[in-house]
Amino acid sequence: MIAEIGLAALWLAAALAALQLVGGLVAQRAGADAEIARLTRPAAILQGGLVAVSFASLLWVFAITDLSVKLVAANSHTAKPMIFKLSGAWGNHEGSMLLWVTVMALAGALIAAVERRLPEKTMQATLAAQSFVALGFYGFLLLASNPFERLAQPAAEGLGLNPLLQDIGLAFHPPTLYIGYVGLSVAFSFALGALLTKQVTPDFARAMRPWILGAWVFLTLGITAGSYWAYYELGWGGYWFWDPVENASLMPWLAATALLHSASVLASRDALRVWTIMLGVVAFSMSMLGTFLVRSGVLTSVHAFAVDPERGSFILFLLAIYIGGALLLFALRAGSISEGERFSVASREGALVVNNVMLSAILAVVLLGTLYPLLTEAFDVRVSVGPPYFNPVSAIFVFPMLAIMAVGPLLRWRRDSWGRISKEVALLVALLLAALVLFGLLAEVAILPLLGLAFAITLGVASFLPLRGRSLRRAPLSLWGMVLAHFGLAVALLGMASESAFSTEKLAALGEGDVTSVGPWEVTLEAVEPVAGPNWTALSGRMQVSYSGGEPVEINPQSRNFWAPAQQTAESVLLTRWNGQLYAVIGTQAPDGRWQVRLWWKPLVTLIWYGGMLIALGGILALIGRVRSDLRRRSAKRKGAARRLEMETVK
Amino acid sequence: MSWRLWLPLLLFSGFLGLAAYQLTQEKDQTIESRMVGNELPYFELPSAFEGEPAVNSAYFQQGGPKLLNIWASWCLPCIAEAPQLEALKEGGAEIVGVAIRDRPEDIERFLAQHGNPYSRIGRDDLSEVQLAIGSSGVPETFVVDGEGRIRYQHIGDVRASDVPLLLEELRKAGE
Repeated sequence: MIAEIGLAALWLAAALAALQLVGGLVAQRAGADAEIARLTRPAAILQGGLVAVSFASLLWVFAITDLSVKLVAANSHTAKPMIFKLSGAWGNHEGSMLLWVTVMALAGALIAAVERRLPEKTMQATLAAQSFVALGFYGFLLLASNPFERLAQPAAEGLGLNPLLQDIGLAFHPPTLYIGYVGLSVAFSFALGALLTKQVTPDFARAMRPWILGAWVFLTLGITAGSYWAYYELGWGGYWFWDPVENASLMPWLAATALLHSASVLASRDALRVWTIMLGVVAFSMSMLGTFLVRSGVLTSVHAFAVDPERGSFILFLLAIYIGGALLLFALRAGSISEGERFSVASREGALVVNNVMLSAILAVVLLGTLYPLLTEAFDVRVSVGPPYFNPVSAIFVFPMLAIMAVGPLLRWRRDSWGRISKEVALLVALLLAALVLFGLLAEVAILPLLGLAFAITLGVASFLPLRGRSLRRAPLSLWGMVLAHFGLAVALLGMASESAFSTEKLAALGEGDVTSVGPWEVTLEAVEPVAGPNWTALSGRMQVSYSGGEPVEINPQSRNFWAPAQQTAESVLLTRWNGQLYAVIGTQAPDGRWQVRLWWKPLVTLIWYGGMLIALGGILALIGRVRSDLRRRSAKRKGAARRLEMETVK
Repeated sequence: MSWRLWLPLLLFSGFLGLAAYQLTQEKDQTIESRMVGNELPYFELPSAFEGEPAVNSAYFQQGGPKLLNIWASWCLPCIAEAPQLEALKEGGAEIVGVAIRDRPEDIERFLAQHGNPYSRIGRDDLSEVQLAIGSSGVPETFVVDGEGRIRYQHIGDVRASDVPLLLEELRKAGE
């Protein structure tokens, strides 16, 4: 019954999306007062409610493990803990698509309910674009991947969940990225709305900005969590592999970062109009492209849990319509959008433009590297593009971008001179050189980590300079957001650079009672014992580790065997100290009875994820600041209007 | 109207064409062993059960053609193919099992539950034989002729429709 309610709600929502599309389009011809156009906003709001009901139904059938629903039988198991039963609802293709439309419909409902800044015609166009994108996914869900499909005969037991995915981090990692992707779809709709009505104004940028910020925060968190998950779950001891699926999440982030900055320029200075529209289209394209690469299996990836070429063709079809359509519209319309305000090179806008160019270049580097195997395979040449390409080539653009990040925020809008900030620049250059000399000569660090360390320290200091001479309590939240996000990037960079500059690794075969050392740590393997969990059994190593002769601590890395479905995973142990992490993995037993043990000492590696969280926190602060000032402006306007009305009645 | 505005669409179309082309291409998800047509490499595996004869390459050079089944008690598709192996046995095939990274007690439990179609079972604890004959997963089934030459490789579980096919391959190998 619950499943049928979910399905019915989904069909109704799809019908409302169609109504929303028609209403929005009619408004373009007949004006926003046309009778059907007045239904656009209510349709969007109701649609949000219906899809929420549908998603709640899916959660419900997973919570009670209703094995007559095909999706539950295929992806869940009665023995699974509740949290993983629930996460199982979106940990599969159908459920994740439903999650996608849920977030999208809720976002659409929210814009329809609150956004009043833009001309009504532009809003109608935006909502039409939004429903157009949504309809593709509704069609996909309802016609090709119904999450509520029943089995003719209820299954006796579910087939479980990929044990690699039975992890709290992963339960929330894909939805986080999804929310980010969907946020970018809202920005995309705004861009299309503005393009259709040629209303590329600062108001448009302000309306779009909270959505970019929100999407960006979720993408940042998603990438950070994903990177941490790969680090501790996959047992490879790396935090970023330049794997196609990782790149698929990085590319929208890069585009969103660029969009965020160019929207800022448009909002405050009415410049970069066409460029902002373009980025709005590109950012969402990158999310769709990412989804396509992950789902279609055209690229080989370690993350290919959910590969299905048929679904791949469907996503490619959607991609062709949405992005092809948007780019066609762009080609036809963008020429007629008038140029925005001009500005000099030495200005905040100038710096932001350079930043945008650098971000776009990095995006192009990653995109090219990710798609290159696709290109060469067409000519029957198999290549795999990895860190030797991505690291140095992206570095060419990363370091100039970091330099601009350090000084750009010190410049004033429109027109400034370098002379005015020469003192600060001199300080930063001195800091950079000192760090280069210090690490280069004393620690003999390789070139890229060396640059990373030096730029991290410089940017770390520079990120706080925009606060100089300001009252810290009265500085706007959005300024704090920028400071924190830039500082977070410096922190993450410091973590990455020290990880690659100072890590030590040890691969040892240890018998019970053997001792080895890695970095400042002494490690003793005391015993290997079997342990059992709810749906796995494991061999657990008991190790005593002590940091430079200090008090020993016991750690238990495990090699786990799941039984439904059968799969082996390494549960590594991370021992975190303020100055780094000890990372231990236990492998298989050799014929002579010794165990393969892999140990790493990674100084400051945790900073990578703390940095990621700081960046996201900066985004959250900026979002709160923006939304608060929007609300204030709106209530001031409303008060003004009320007063005017009062005056008129008095008259 | 500037031609540059069409550039993004042009690039995107290029990508679309490429992606569409790649989607229609058959991905080689199954990679055939290069050992097919060659003689079995030398190996000697201990039996899964104490006191029973070992499984070695010499055994394949005696008597008629045999099936070499790569499997494991921890592998789910192996449960699925158990009835088909039983059917092959009834069809007159001799099946030699090679258990990959397995434990005797697990093997015993598996056979008690799903039946034992094997004439002999060897334990390949380090996947040595599996790698040597070019098998990349479990389960896989090889047809080996009376001289110990690998004639045919079946990748994945044996479905009901594969049974006559494998029996036919065995017959051909015996000619």
